[in-house]
Amino acid sequence: MRAFEYSRATSPAEAAAIVGRTPGARFIAGGTNLLDLMKLEIETPAHLVDINGLGFDRIEETAEGGLRIGALVRNTDLAADKRVRRDYGLLSRALLAGASGQLRNKATTAGNLLQRTRCPYFYDGNQPCNKRKAGSGCAAIGGFSRNHGVVGTSEACIATHPSDMAVAMQALDATVETVQPDGTKRAIPMADFHRLPGDTPQVETALQPGELITAVTLPKPAGGTHIYRKVRDRSSYAFALISVGVVVQADGTGRVALGGVAHRPWRIAAADAALPRGSKAAADILLAGARTTHENAFKLPLVERTLAAALAEAKEAQA
Amino acid sequence: MRMSVSLTVNGKPQSLDLDTRTTLLDALREHLKLTGSKKGCDHGQCGACTVIVEGRRINSCLTLAVMHEGDSITTIEGLGNPDDLHPMQAAFVKHDGYQCGYCTPGQICSAVAVLDEMKAGVPSHVTRDLEEKARFSTEELRERMSGNICRCGAYSNIIEAITEVAGKRA
Repeated sequence: MRAFEYSRATSPAEAAAIVGRTPGARFIAGGTNLLDLMKLEIETPAHLVDINGLGFDRIEETAEGGLRIGALVRNTDLAADKRVRRDYGLLSRALLAGASGQLRNKATTAGNLLQRTRCPYFYDGNQPCNKRKAGSGCAAIGGFSRNHGVVGTSEACIATHPSDMAVAMQALDATVETVQPDGTKRAIPMADFHRLPGDTPQVETALQPGELITAVTLPKPAGGTHIYRKVRDRSSYAFALISVGVVVQADGTGRVALGGVAHRPWRIAAADAALPRGSKAAADILLAGARTTHENAFKLPLVERTLAAALAEAKEAQA
Repeated sequence: MRMSVSLTVNGKPQSLDLDTRTTLLDALREHLKLTGSKKGCDHGQCGACTVIVEGRRINSCLTLAVMHEGDSITTIEGLGNPDDLHPMQAAFVKHDGYQCGYCTPGQICSAVAVLDEMKAGVPSHVTRDLEEKARFSTEELRERMSGNICRCGAYSNIIEAITEVAGKRA
């Protein structure tokens, strides 16, 4: 690990200002992903600003009837919150499908959104990777690509976003609240938060340098049956090959978001609209224009079948 | 860069002057000579470094010691000792919940915290009804212990040990 300065922030605006003006500065909260990458020297921050003392650890009801989740609420606490379990079951289920008990105790809501891909070529400093070193190339294309993206990929990058929680946040129409280095605040809808790789896969979110996430808000409960299905190589503690999050209403309408298929949680309005017509109709829209490698073409039928299973489970729950 | 940090380890206040890069695991092992917590993968994948911080189990390899100013930490040494075993330690001995023993301190710290998590009503991936409190079952314990890898494969005996302690507590 490279040496770094360490300081504890006393206010969100101060934290954002320090990271905004200090080259190589980063926020640290749970640290479960950042420290892992620092040990491998994939991340080499010159200065860590510890934001754990800033509060942001509460889940509050909003005036609109939704929830405002502090950026530092730990994954365990978010998944266990009674209101989340009752009204946003998809979010609890997605969180509980991810990582291990130890990691969920540390990992934060904001950090979960910002975790980096687990593409093995991103992790291997001896291999080209446009995300790790812009312009160096992509070893995943033509390499071991069984767990890579099939939609929204580019010639520069076929990595996937690893988060389960972000899939649920996408389906639940969450909004990311931030403060910028100059103190101004803004709200970024989840739909605009994560970017596709394009020719700049190193730029992963809409956040500006120094911009600090303070909370994630959920609109009032959508009702319906919430199901998160994750397909992985072992039954616990593994990243998704693909995952499907659905909220299905009694009349068959609903929403669907996918994990493990793209550089961001994957949701398309037209696929939501097609849900009453069944899994094939919705999957065809979600996967339109898919580009598979020699190793990951299995993800296309797997998405449709997993969506079919999720819809069947929803129907059974509503019967 | 060096920095001082004060924390309480197994009930004893400790002040350390550390390189900021020092993980909590290295602070425990290399500076406080508490070598019960083990370094397996050093990347949060194996669970051998599991300790209990402020009542919660975490991977001590994936956190910096300087991030724990004022925190209370319990390691395997703080749970019990050969003359006064913690019930979970005694159950692991009784049920032969190990072979080489390298993962065992992490397994035991994790298991102690798992029972507290279940008691507090924290749900898991296999909890069927999110609105009800999870019930003790082999399935629940296996899921909740998945962050602790045992390469000797003593899993079934580990589950027997935890089940025995859970039964005594319930």
